[in-house]
Amino acid sequence: MRAFTYERATSPAAAAKAAAGTRGAKFIAGGTNLLDLMKLQIETPSHVIDVNGLKLDTIEAAPEGGLRIGALVRNTALAADERVRRDYGVLSRALLAGASGQLRNRATTAGNLLQRTRCPYFYDTAQPCNKREPGSGCSALGGFSRQLGIIGTSDACIATHPSDMAVAMRALDATIETVKPDASTRTMPIAELHRAPGSTPHLETTLAPGELITAVTLPRPAGGTQIYRKVRDRASYAFALVSVAAIIQRDGSGQVALGGIAPKPWRVEAAEAELPRGGKAAAAALLNGARPTRENAFKLMLAERTLGAVLSEARA
Amino acid sequence: MKFDTPATQNPIDRQTVVGQPRDRVDGPLKVSGTARYAYEQHDVVPNQAYGYVLGAAIAKGRVSSIDLKSAKAAAGVLAVVTAKEAGKLGKGKRNTAKLLGGPEIDHYHQAIALVVAETFEQARAAASLIRVDYATGRGSFDLEAAKDRATKPPDEDSSPTDTSVGDFSGAFAKAPVTLDQTYTTPDQSHAMMEPHASLAAWEGEKLTVWTSNQMVDWGVTDLAQTLGIPKSNVRLVSPFIGGGFGGKLFLRADVLLAALGARAAKRPVKVALQRPLMINNTTHRPATIQRIRVGATKDGKITAIGHESWSGDLPDGGPEVAVQQTRLLYAGANRMTAMRLAVLDLPEGNAMRAPGEAPGLMALEIAMDEMAEKLGIDPIAFRALNDTQVDPEKPKRPFSMRRLDECFKVGADRFGWSRRSARPAQSRDGRWLVGIGAAAAFRNNLVMKSAAWVRLDANGIVTVETDMTDIGTGSYTIIAQTAAEMLGVGLDKVVVRLGDSTFPVSAGSGGQWGGNSSTAGVYAACIKLREAVAQKLGINSTEAEFADGEVRAGNRNMPLAQAAASGPLVGEDILEYGNLDKTHQQSTFGAHFVEVGVDVATAETRIRRMLAVCSAGRILNPKTARSQVIGAMTMGAGAALMEELAVDSRRGFFVNHDLASYEVPVHADIPHQEVIFLDETDPMSSPMKAKGVGELGICGVGSAVANAIYNATGIRVRDYPITLDKLLERMPDAA
Repeated sequence: MRAFTYERATSPAAAAKAAAGTRGAKFIAGGTNLLDLMKLQIETPSHVIDVNGLKLDTIEAAPEGGLRIGALVRNTALAADERVRRDYGVLSRALLAGASGQLRNRATTAGNLLQRTRCPYFYDTAQPCNKREPGSGCSALGGFSRQLGIIGTSDACIATHPSDMAVAMRALDATIETVKPDASTRTMPIAELHRAPGSTPHLETTLAPGELITAVTLPRPAGGTQIYRKVRDRASYAFALVSVAAIIQRDGSGQVALGGIAPKPWRVEAAEAELPRGGKAAAAALLNGARPTRENAFKLMLAERTLGAVLSEARA
Repeated sequence: MKFDTPATQNPIDRQTVVGQPRDRVDGPLKVSGTARYAYEQHDVVPNQAYGYVLGAAIAKGRVSSIDLKSAKAAAGVLAVVTAKEAGKLGKGKRNTAKLLGGPEIDHYHQAIALVVAETFEQARAAASLIRVDYATGRGSFDLEAAKDRATKPPDEDSSPTDTSVGDFSGAFAKAPVTLDQTYTTPDQSHAMMEPHASLAAWEGEKLTVWTSNQMVDWGVTDLAQTLGIPKSNVRLVSPFIGGGFGGKLFLRADVLLAALGARAAKRPVKVALQRPLMINNTTHRPATIQRIRVGATKDGKITAIGHESWSGDLPDGGPEVAVQQTRLLYAGANRMTAMRLAVLDLPEGNAMRAPGEAPGLMALEIAMDEMAEKLGIDPIAFRALNDTQVDPEKPKRPFSMRRLDECFKVGADRFGWSRRSARPAQSRDGRWLVGIGAAAAFRNNLVMKSAAWVRLDANGIVTVETDMTDIGTGSYTIIAQTAAEMLGVGLDKVVVRLGDSTFPVSAGSGGQWGGNSSTAGVYAACIKLREAVAQKLGINSTEAEFADGEVRAGNRNMPLAQAAASGPLVGEDILEYGNLDKTHQQSTFGAHFVEVGVDVATAETRIRRMLAVCSAGRILNPKTARSQVIGAMTMGAGAALMEELAVDSRRGFFVNHDLASYEVPVHADIPHQEVIFLDETDPMSSPMKAKGVGELGICGVGSAVANAIYNATGIRVRDYPITLDKLLERMPDAA
């Protein structure tokens, strides 16, 4: 860990301003990902801005009929919220499928969205990694890639986004609220938050320097049957090989996002027209253009079968 | 005491304390966080500094230059040690690669430098400032690719590389029913909770290390050898060990570097191997490729059995002895086993819980299941048909005790084996395809000489000291129970002190020999103490009965403490073994039963219940023994379903080098476990009539899981771990 300076932000706008004004600054909230990365010198912020005191930790009814979730709402609190459990079951289930109770007690909503990949080569500073050290190369391509991405990846990076929560939020059409260093605010669909890696996999989001996520808003409840199905080698405390977040209506239509396979929560709205035709058809449309490695090609079939199982469960 | 004739009646047979399910005597320390593990020895010496290890970033080659300038100048840094600073070092015979590498690099994350600083954080920060340039060499990292270049390693005293009885090829060729299959097991990590950690302090020429080591005397011997100092100048203290599983049998880099760092900094230095170094810096269980051939008559009698195993290791390393159990487990007149060793430049392979049998049975017991199916015989009945009460390679040599059939019978009854469908893929519970499987457990019982002294004081307190270790196994407790039984006192009157090289040399903890051997050493010392007590009290020791804190002889009744009224009495002895383990094959046996569910859509396998029935001599403490066995069953479940060190065969290292990516079972993976111990004593093993269980529990679990998966799905997977990707393509349609 490199030595760093530390401040407690007094308001979201002040935090954004401070971050933009200090080279190498990072926000810290729950710290469940950042601190680990700092110990390994994968993240080496020179300045850490603690946003925990910003009172962004409430869940409120949104004027349009949805829910506005403060950026600092802990994963445990969000999963347990009565409104979330009632109206956004897929989100509650996704949260509880992730990490451990201890981690969920610390981890925040915004931090979860911004967590970094668990690619093992990203975690080993002796190995080339374009995400960690731009231009150094990708060790995962041609290496141990069983866990890694099959779609939306590039020749520079095949890392996946590890979140479960974000996959459910993507299926739910959440929007992200932010504040910029100039104190202006904006909202964007969650679909626009994460970038494709292209040749710059170190650039992971569309947030401007210093821009701080302040809330995530869920639209009006979508109803339907809401399922989060996470497939993994052990029964708990493991990242998804494939996960499916699904909101399926009685008529077979619905919204579906996949986790564990791409650099971002993977959703193709156009593919959802195929949902009534079943998992095979929907998966084919969702995964069109996939480029798996030899080691993770099984994820294609796994995604198809998992989606099929989720659709059957929704029908039952 | 020499143990060279079978044990007869002795005070242990009373089983008033021994054999009882007593709580761990060190339990309160463990659960209150006050047991002092190596890195927590904060107050044993003042002024402790912190070391941080830098591991090599390449698998093979040379350090062409190393620049320590920035690190040395960094805040708080007291010293930086590399091979150059350390000067000439020896090497213990139990290490394959040097513990401090450079300029030659033998494997990834081989230690090449230690930074010592005032704080851990300073040492870690400074270590990242060391600039190293490497000249990368070509290495061999892929067992499958290196297999054809594998050679026959030299015979070891206890175990030849190859064995052959009768005419295997002829008999196999003629057998009406045959199986010829290849199985693979991956590299595995001990992945213990407590990392390797040591604190070292010099006082002149004398060195003391507080560390986490299973074998105190091996550690002293190899540390002295490596540093080139007399053994008498080294004291090693290892009272608590947070898991070892064989990974802490040997001297490792933390100990050596703490000693070198302390010498350089002229301060006590503590070093813990950081988690990412746990996997590539230390030892692991080597991967195997195993070919098994079985030939049988149509009615299921094995006529030919052959087992060959290939594994790899660094030059001068050894093979994984995966064929060991096949020499002993089943009958068959014509047999062969062979081991071949390839040079691999991966980190060094070595013992991990039940080395040999654990991976060997993962293959052999699938083969038995496959063969039973070919024969149309129930797999348990097939094993019973081929039971042997003698060493099948040396039929004049009987087993001291072998109740494998009974383990299966008891287990089958308990587990509901009769409800198993011989035809696979017949049972479904919602989304789960359900199957059950069984496998034999087998592990040799090794006996090791072991010494102790036992002191009685005027308050009637009995203190046992021996350099035995407790790696979570319950050594403190069973040793206390042994002394309490022998001297007729309650556990509250017994103090046990372990893990210090100033105490008599014990068997140590390894190869599941520790429980039986170390208590036998304590037994011998207690016999000596009983004699001293009797003499002091003026009675005949053979007539004396020690019970309820008293010594009774004839019509005399004296408090035990009275014998020490004028000063403490000490009994010291070593228990050594004659050749009972040569004349008789001593082994432990068991039967594992597993029920799995395999998700019909995703092919995720989840264990639903597990049962182990064990035959392992006297169970010294059913509670700690059960804990050993369920822990081993859990490890076996991990081996079956998820544990694999992923080899990057281009760069030559294990990629998943932390506990997030090297997956071991979590609670949710292990729903229900049951253990049954057959009630028995084995008088050939020691005066304790006990054997080991800590490794027996893992042996066979993997194949019981594999066989259950086959029973559930009809899919036979012969490559571990059995992850869903190996099942998926052959799974039935999910709907």
